[in-house]
Amino acid sequence: MYRWLLCFRYLRTRYIALASIISVTLGVATLIVVNSVMAGFSAEMHDRLHGVAGDIMIECQASGGMPDPDAHLAEIRRICGKDLVGFTASVHVPAMLGIEYNGQLITGHVNLVGLDPKTFDQVSQFGRHLLHPENQEQVSFDLREGGYAPERVQFPPAGWSYRRVKVEYERALAAEQARIDAMRARTDTESTTVSETFESAGPSVNFGPTVNFGSSNTTETDTASGPSVGIGPGSELFADGETATAQKFDPKTEQFPGIILGIATCSVRHRDANNQVQDFYYGLPGDDVRMMFPNAAENTKVVNQKFTVVDLYESGMSEYDGSFAFCRLDQLQEFRGMIDPQSGTRSVTTIQLKMAEGTNLAAVRDTLRRRFPPQQYAYNIQTWRDMQGPLLAAVRLETMILNILLFLIIAVAGFGILATFFMIVVEKTRDIGTLKALGASGKGVMSIFLSYGLLLGFVGSGAGLLGGLLFVSNINEIASVIEKITGQEVFDPTVYYFSEIPTIVHPWTLAWVMAGAVTIAVIASVLPAMRAARMNPVRALRFE
Amino acid sequence: MNDEIILSARGLHKSFHKDRNEVPVLRGLDLEVTPGVVTALVGRSGSGKSTLMHLLASLDQPDRGEIYFGNERIDNASRPRRDFYRNREIGIIFQFYHLLPELSAVENVLAPMMIGQSAWSYFRHRKEARLRAEAMLDRVGLLHRATHRPAEMSGGEMQRAAIARALMTDPRLLLADEPTGNLDTETGLDILKLLTELNQLDGLSILMITHDDSIAAGADVCHRMQDGQLQINPAQPNFQVADNRIPA
Ligand SMILES: Nc1ncnc2c1ncn2[C@@H]1O[C@H](COP(=O)(O)OP(=O)(O)OP(=O)(O)O)[C@@H](O)[C@H]1O
Ligand SMILES: [Mg+2]
Repeated sequence: MYRWLLCFRYLRTRYIALASIISVTLGVATLIVVNSVMAGFSAEMHDRLHGVAGDIMIECQASGGMPDPDAHLAEIRRICGKDLVGFTASVHVPAMLGIEYNGQLITGHVNLVGLDPKTFDQVSQFGRHLLHPENQEQVSFDLREGGYAPERVQFPPAGWSYRRVKVEYERALAAEQARIDAMRARTDTESTTVSETFESAGPSVNFGPTVNFGSSNTTETDTASGPSVGIGPGSELFADGETATAQKFDPKTEQFPGIILGIATCSVRHRDANNQVQDFYYGLPGDDVRMMFPNAAENTKVVNQKFTVVDLYESGMSEYDGSFAFCRLDQLQEFRGMIDPQSGTRSVTTIQLKMAEGTNLAAVRDTLRRRFPPQQYAYNIQTWRDMQGPLLAAVRLETMILNILLFLIIAVAGFGILATFFMIVVEKTRDIGTLKALGASGKGVMSIFLSYGLLLGFVGSGAGLLGGLLFVSNINEIASVIEKITGQEVFDPTVYYFSEIPTIVHPWTLAWVMAGAVTIAVIASVLPAMRAARMNPVRALRFE
Repeated sequence: MNDEIILSARGLHKSFHKDRNEVPVLRGLDLEVTPGVVTALVGRSGSGKSTLMHLLASLDQPDRGEIYFGNERIDNASRPRRDFYRNREIGIIFQFYHLLPELSAVENVLAPMMIGQSAWSYFRHRKEARLRAEAMLDRVGLLHRATHRPAEMSGGEMQRAAIARALMTDPRLLLADEPTGNLDTETGLDILKLLTELNQLDGLSILMITHDDSIAAGADVCHRMQDGQLQINPAQPNFQVADNRIPA
């Protein structure tokens, strides 16, 4: 009893001891913040990584893909049994994307994925990352009237309405251009009227921000059209793509095969003069783009196909957003010649599986690998974790190292407690002698200081816990304050697709951190407590 | 008076070692404390009175010799036995009071009770314990100071609180090491009066060390320590008093 009374009293009167546990508090708070942020990050990352890929992916490296996917699926279904809850077959092919913008061809290399809209959503959260709300429900490769990304204020108009306006504008522009050319041919004098007509033409079509088909540029590109766009095959391809469809194709009412582009393949993110983040889109739903990819024939040729952008894909993982484009599986199979003319079976390159929750993915992978040995099949069978192995391992390693470092900080705080406790024991020498003279045992005296350490540990780590949790729950506000003070953005949105810091607080982590900190405080008080217990009562009583 | 001896020491030897020099303090000391009387122990400074006290309270162990509490040998008893002996069977008072500075007067008085009992049994009896502590404080005339810290009390008040603390567990013997050594004569005499009252009313045995002959004069038996031994004059307890009484 006196132990608790005394250690409570010591706690109240010895503020120096409280100072010695501030480092415990800080250590605990930092540990909690770091762990929650890391947990948030890795959960978000897992989520996103897993969201773009099925649980298990069977890729065929051959350009022609695996023939007869139905037979494969039947076999896989036999192997996996009832754990298999979803699967989808798709075609992945490296491709070159060409976006015609402002008279220039903007190119990039992408992975073109031909997917089955009905089943693809079963294995991954593909739809969730699309911009149009209806596409999020059910993916469609038909262009929608409008209403893309309704929650984004800055998102420019897109969809059919945009496409019609654009086509009309282009036609008007072409007509105007023809008129000007005709006028130029007659006389070279009236250049002033030209610019006037352009200025009036601009606002009248009401293009919003994309009106940069701009006046002065048009004349320039017109004259410079040769060198800038007309690079050998490019212009050739352009030409036959248009002639093939030009007669009957009316872009105002018709669309090419639909394609969904990764958002970073057709946009750039930058900061304006006011340091506001701005996205600039080269291609929007409603625009037509060009894809060039190899066909599946033995004598590989490049297929050059026009697509109409029907939506954009934004997962938040820059490597996916900047390298993927999706179109319909059957169309891609057709374009690549992956349909056997005799039997009519279609080949695919990739099968993705979705397993029931809690399935041991590695075991399934291994069984599949045994069934499809690499000597016989050029298949690469991986779980989604395998694919992201290095990244996930890096995050785990980072979390572990941070934890070790921070626990070392608390251990250092433990030495502070040790020193402070020794001082308190020396200061309390006479009282220890008194207690022993009143009949207190060595164990009793020892337990005073041990419970003092325990109490300090609880107080210190409790304060740390509170502080840490407060910090975590207000982390975004704190980040914005830090941003204001330092002028340095914590999460640069041009780099990260996070606008908020994700955090997850695991109760177990809290328990571990608390237990660790309290244990360190108790261990640090063992030596001083033993010294107090062993103290000779007579010497203690004579101590001045 | 009882014929039985409450505390006795036989042939106590104790010496301290300092830088390889042996300093003998007690050399075959014999002592018997009769129950129900106030025994005074006088002697020059450095004669080993406090050392003897610590041995009798089993805070230290003699090099040779035996200490008996009643008929039980206490100097080589087990630790828990000696803890119990200090906690329940004797009360100790010091020259410098040795109150715990973090606790109030009443909590200091409660301390032996808290030490002697498990937390649970103390908790169950805490009301009675508190009442008893207050009664003890009342006994020494300090009830109005119950919630004061030692730092807020005078020397005499602190010594009273220490006496109340020593009496808390109802001991049979009170060991007092210069209980008045730090107080002025009048306060000292007050304390002495309190002790003799306790002796007379409750039959408490008191072994009291003192420098002050006027204090020693109030005792029933007076021993003088010299050369590590006692010179006993039981026939005339107050044999020293007549020469050295301080003029009042
Ligand atoms: N721990 C120790 N180490 C060495 N010598 C000691 C120790 N404790 C006491 N002494 C010596 O033992 C002798 C007796 O000391 P003690 O305190 O018992 O005297 P005392 O009679 O109580 O004196 P006073 O009247 O001044 O209180 C002294 O000479 C002292 O120096
Ligand atoms: Mg002394």
